[in-house]
Amino acid sequence: MMGNVTLLEFLSAGREVPGHKPWPRFQLDARAWRRMVEQMAVSNWEILAEWAEPAEVHVALRGEDTGAIAVASHPCPDHRFFALSQVRPSAIRLERAIRDLWGLAPEGLDDQRPWLDHGRWGVRHPLGAPRLTEGRPFTYRFLTAEGEGLHQIPVGPVHAGVIEPGHFRFHAQGETVVRLEERLGYVHKGIEGVLAGKPLAEAARVVGRVSGDSTVAYALAFARAVEAALGVEVPARAHWLRALMAELERLANHVFDIGAICNDAAFAIMLGHMGVLRERILRANDSCFGHRLLMDRVVPGGVAVDLAEEGWEELSHLLAHFRKGFEKAVALYDNTPSLLDRTTGTGVLPGALAHRFGAGGFIGRASSRGVDARKAPGYPPYDQLDFAVPVLAEGDVHARVMVRIEEVRASLRLVDQILKQMPRGPVLAPVPNRAGEGMAVVESFRGEVLVWLRLSEAGKVVRCHPHDPSWFQWPLLEAAIEGNIVADFPLCNKSFNCSYSGHDL
Amino acid sequence: MIFPPIAHLIARHLLKGPHTMTGGGDPDAEALRQLAESLGVAARHRLGRSLSIREVDAGSCNACELEIHAANNPVHDLERFGIRFVASPRHADVLLVTGPVTWNMAEALRRTYDATPAPKWVVAMGDCAKDGGCFAGSYAVAGGVHEVVPVDLHIPGCPPSPKQILGGLMALLESVAD
Repeated sequence: MMGNVTLLEFLSAGREVPGHKPWPRFQLDARAWRRMVEQMAVSNWEILAEWAEPAEVHVALRGEDTGAIAVASHPCPDHRFFALSQVRPSAIRLERAIRDLWGLAPEGLDDQRPWLDHGRWGVRHPLGAPRLTEGRPFTYRFLTAEGEGLHQIPVGPVHAGVIEPGHFRFHAQGETVVRLEERLGYVHKGIEGVLAGKPLAEAARVVGRVSGDSTVAYALAFARAVEAALGVEVPARAHWLRALMAELERLANHVFDIGAICNDAAFAIMLGHMGVLRERILRANDSCFGHRLLMDRVVPGGVAVDLAEEGWEELSHLLAHFRKGFEKAVALYDNTPSLLDRTTGTGVLPGALAHRFGAGGFIGRASSRGVDARKAPGYPPYDQLDFAVPVLAEGDVHARVMVRIEEVRASLRLVDQILKQMPRGPVLAPVPNRAGEGMAVVESFRGEVLVWLRLSEAGKVVRCHPHDPSWFQWPLLEAAIEGNIVADFPLCNKSFNCSYSGHDL
Repeated sequence: MIFPPIAHLIARHLLKGPHTMTGGGDPDAEALRQLAESLGVAARHRLGRSLSIREVDAGSCNACELEIHAANNPVHDLERFGIRFVASPRHADVLLVTGPVTWNMAEALRRTYDATPAPKWVVAMGDCAKDGGCFAGSYAVAGGVHEVVPVDLHIPGCPPSPKQILGGLMALLESVAD
């Protein structure tokens, strides 16, 4: 079957699983799954996430034209499935991880190397049919580059700065990077295993710590997935407070990263300036909501803390000062040619690759892919707020900085609107103990965070899969750095700022 | 324009002074007690009131790293107390370790510890670093930092605030440099 078939038309040939909210889930047999993969070769359906269970593989898809979202599931008792990575290279690492964690074999996946499993856990397929091993590390065969004068530079997992661990293997010719290959998985904590069987409150805490810089986004995605599964109506004020926290988180991350990018171009004063701005937000977070990073403030059913009148005033006050300080820093960036010389034309990510991998967030937007979960599929209260999603086409470090600058301005306007329009009322609704399946997509500062879960009658998590936007961004860093000099790698890496912890799970 | 933007920034700092908060350098009492037990007297007189720190993320969610950055920002300005972060364990007196130690990071942490010259101290930072926190018991997690390298001081919090980080490190500085 080829041609113009929509995602939902195609999947409805499968068996719809009852009780999956808010988007449908269809079970496909081996033939239908294979036909779906073949259809994806000619359609523009995007993968939002791919994960598994001991004998079933799931993929969340979006029909790009219609924006329809659905989950396709393929029960595979023989522990094999037709690999999506054959038609979507963005799924290669996801399917390598599925093989490591659940022991399901992706048929047609060329790369036979493990991904998250470094051989050190003392167990193979920990989430599928676990088999004990000696826990001796695997040797990992890096991809090669051959030619005269090439040399390798291994970096990590322990880096020189205060950042997360990961390994980068460069092949360089003189100063120029010929090939970069990432090896990740160092901070794999087995989060999906930890989540299984946890009561909601404990699970929310863990999901809020998948990637500490996006704790509001993760907690929000988890809460929205729970609320979808159980049919819980969240009070109106809670929606607005959640958006307020999400925008404060976006602001804090963006300003600091803009400073850190400039710092990696040896322009340290921006880091100092932006560090002060970030600190203002964190202090306001602490005094308004009781936690500097807003951990555990968004909970299933609403929010854990209401915003008091003094908090409202503090944030309104902060806004004006923050905007002034930020615009001064932007003027500094704009008027420093030596800095612009480092960021312009460096680390170019072509738009075609961003689209092909479904890269979201500022990385996608700086390379012409303007997807934002706050707009589509959208969630309250953003439908009542006025904001634009900045999109540029250049795809270099400078474009990523400029997109983030525009996003800071947009978030400041959003915070302003939220403070003025926020309704009064309760902030927390009771959450019943019921079984169900739910999914949610939320825009973190980095891009789309997806959480899928299944709850038991007792109100506990049976399975929960959090998906980080970095899965579709990390591979693109390898492409963006090619042909740049080794010394510009920190600059490019920081301009991507992918999550290690969110990716490694 | 006559004055470039950087001139405005510099003028602002000259006229209004730095953003740095006053105080904040008091050693944490609980940390002093812990250190009195773990260090004894052997380590004193070594460092001349200055500490070089190598940070190791051994599995954290990155929140602890964010607050370490905050401790380094101009508001808290850790360096005014003689505490600085260095790029290599070979330059370090102290390893500041965050996260539940994952099995995939255990060897890297051990090798970083071995690369640090004696005398050296290990500070475990954050609730995960104590006993694995909310990730304890996972197949992928070895547990707290003490499961892999000896720990001299633990700074609690999820994540610890810059003030707590500062308090812990000041206590270490006092204890080893008296």
